[in-house]
Amino acid sequence: MGTYIIRRLLQAIPMLLLVSIVLFALVNIAPGGPMSAYSRSNRMPEEKKEAIRRSFGLDKPLPVQYIVWLIGNDWMEVDEDGDGVMDGYGSRRGILRGDFGFSYKSREPVLDLIADRLPNTAYLMFFTLLFTGIVAVPIGIVSAIKQYSTFDITATTLSFMGQAIPEFWLGLLLILIFYATLNNPFTGESLFPSGGMYTLGEDFSILDRAHHLFLPVLMGLVGWVAWYSRFLRSSMLEVINQDYIRTARAKGQTERKVLYRHALKNALIPLVTMFALDFPFIFTGSLYAELLFSWPGMGRLFYTAATGRDYPILLAILIIGAGIVVISNLFADIAYAYLDPRVRYD
Amino acid sequence: MTNSENQQTMNINEENNEIKFQIRPPETMTSLAWKRFRRHPGAMVGSVVLILLILAAVFADLSPYDPEISDIANRYQAPSIEHPFGTDGLGRDLLTRTLFGSRVSMSVGLMVVAITLSIGVPIGSIAGYYGGWIDNILMRIIDATLAIPSLMFLILLSAILREADLPFVRGNSVMTIAVVLGVLSWPTVARLVRAVFLTVREMEYVKAAQALGASDVRMMLQEILPNGFGPIIVESTLGIGYAIMEESGLSFLGFGIMPPTPSWGNMLNNAQSHLLQYPWLAFFPGLMIFLTIISVNYIGDGLRDALDPYKILGKVE
Repeated sequence: MGTYIIRRLLQAIPMLLLVSIVLFALVNIAPGGPMSAYSRSNRMPEEKKEAIRRSFGLDKPLPVQYIVWLIGNDWMEVDEDGDGVMDGYGSRRGILRGDFGFSYKSREPVLDLIADRLPNTAYLMFFTLLFTGIVAVPIGIVSAIKQYSTFDITATTLSFMGQAIPEFWLGLLLILIFYATLNNPFTGESLFPSGGMYTLGEDFSILDRAHHLFLPVLMGLVGWVAWYSRFLRSSMLEVINQDYIRTARAKGQTERKVLYRHALKNALIPLVTMFALDFPFIFTGSLYAELLFSWPGMGRLFYTAATGRDYPILLAILIIGAGIVVISNLFADIAYAYLDPRVRYD
Repeated sequence: MTNSENQQTMNINEENNEIKFQIRPPETMTSLAWKRFRRHPGAMVGSVVLILLILAAVFADLSPYDPEISDIANRYQAPSIEHPFGTDGLGRDLLTRTLFGSRVSMSVGLMVVAITLSIGVPIGSIAGYYGGWIDNILMRIIDATLAIPSLMFLILLSAILREADLPFVRGNSVMTIAVVLGVLSWPTVARLVRAVFLTVREMEYVKAAQALGASDVRMMLQEILPNGFGPIIVESTLGIGYAIMEESGLSFLGFGIMPPTPSWGNMLNNAQSHLLQYPWLAFFPGLMIFLTIISVNYIGDGLRDALDPYKILGKVE
């Protein structure tokens, strides 16, 4: 197992390097390249643009720029103020040493911007995933145990609908229903707020937080529940039809024990893997939910950066996201081997 | 099975209790699959709805209104007899725009699947057939592609490509969006095809064909690949749905099809700013996405059942 993990981690290195090269090349072959954020304003004189290019190191050949982005430039002379004269060694440390550069727009370190937004995204996604589990698991189990019952058929139909409904449209509908149409009978205000994480200017209260969390969580929940409940249903069905379940029944175990003690445990194993694969969403979040409900998270950070061509932010989020995906995949495989003793890696 | 056939089976059983097997007229795999498909209610309803949607898109030109020319006098009309879906902020008939939007979405869906297949099938076949280091490299590329957060990458790619001046993917065309979506969608098919190759590669008939001196290309295309047609067809059908969903999402975010060309996604984007005053702007385009995708998914589900070789050879009652 140990050697397996090490081999997988070693395999991840060239993969992430490949991702980083592709992303970096993409951003730089873009017409105007990283400078297009500035070249929009035609009034900027050519010398000024040149100075900005030099100060960001964009006058260097691409491979050099890539190396600088990767390992930093504190080993080479740079022109900090862009006046054409070298000012000494650079100060960038490169993404490998955790330096993702500065936002073109706000000039703040990208990592600070991410650290600002990440808790908000993680907070939203945590509750979305938590409630997905709470809703989807019972639906999946009952659907499987009572296969082809009215409940199962209804759940299956709803699941098809849940998978087909576009998340952003659902969000718009939820705003129309819960914000525009329905009112709170006691206060006469809208039943749920249409955006934000909490009421501005009010003290922290769990109730207020939950109130603001409801719609964005519900919006994300529908698709996930649709998918997870189907997944658990088929995994449970597969387990129920196995010999050891028949053995357990033959031994005279109560149906309750057979289902929840023997079957459920094994049916949940693929779900753990599934969950590990979906874990990266805690980092990247849901773009649609964050945009529709003005949630100050990673998705919105990325979206604003994309409209403004703030490439350091885009690159940072994509590459960190890819890194988290790779690690989650590895974790999923390890968890699988740990939970299912039949699985052995060599 | 018809009544007379049933009768025949019964007679045999009555005459001689030893004979337990049923006599069934020879049938092709396709006709058996079609029989199974017809028995899937969701798939049949889905097919009918999808055919209607396609017909509506094909005959969209019959509409008395133009999808792109504005008519300011009639802006923000609520749904009525003249304008069943209402009109938008520029007075354009929303039903007409929705139908023209179907053309965009459906052509993007088909193009993405074409791109997916033309990259995914060869790469999957080569990886699965040759194995070894070729397989290893191709699989790492696939893993790398799948590791990138997809919606965010699509936004970046779309932002870059629509400014680029390349042949075919010029500007903000349907083709550009199809290429953007195709870049990330091929690995699933490639993995699927590779899996088929890995299971079939060691079978006796494959060894026999090899011994007879079949070339690698013949082995791949004629001997092994046909085993994967079932899953490939299912995956492609579902792929149309994914592509339509992604295109709408990108257009909704302003990184897909740009106005004035109507697409369901950019109509929803447009609806967002006046959602509370004019809710019908948001309702119909979203409903179209929903209907199209649920139909495609049900058809995919029906095809999965119908094309499963174990089910085909099993009982067909």
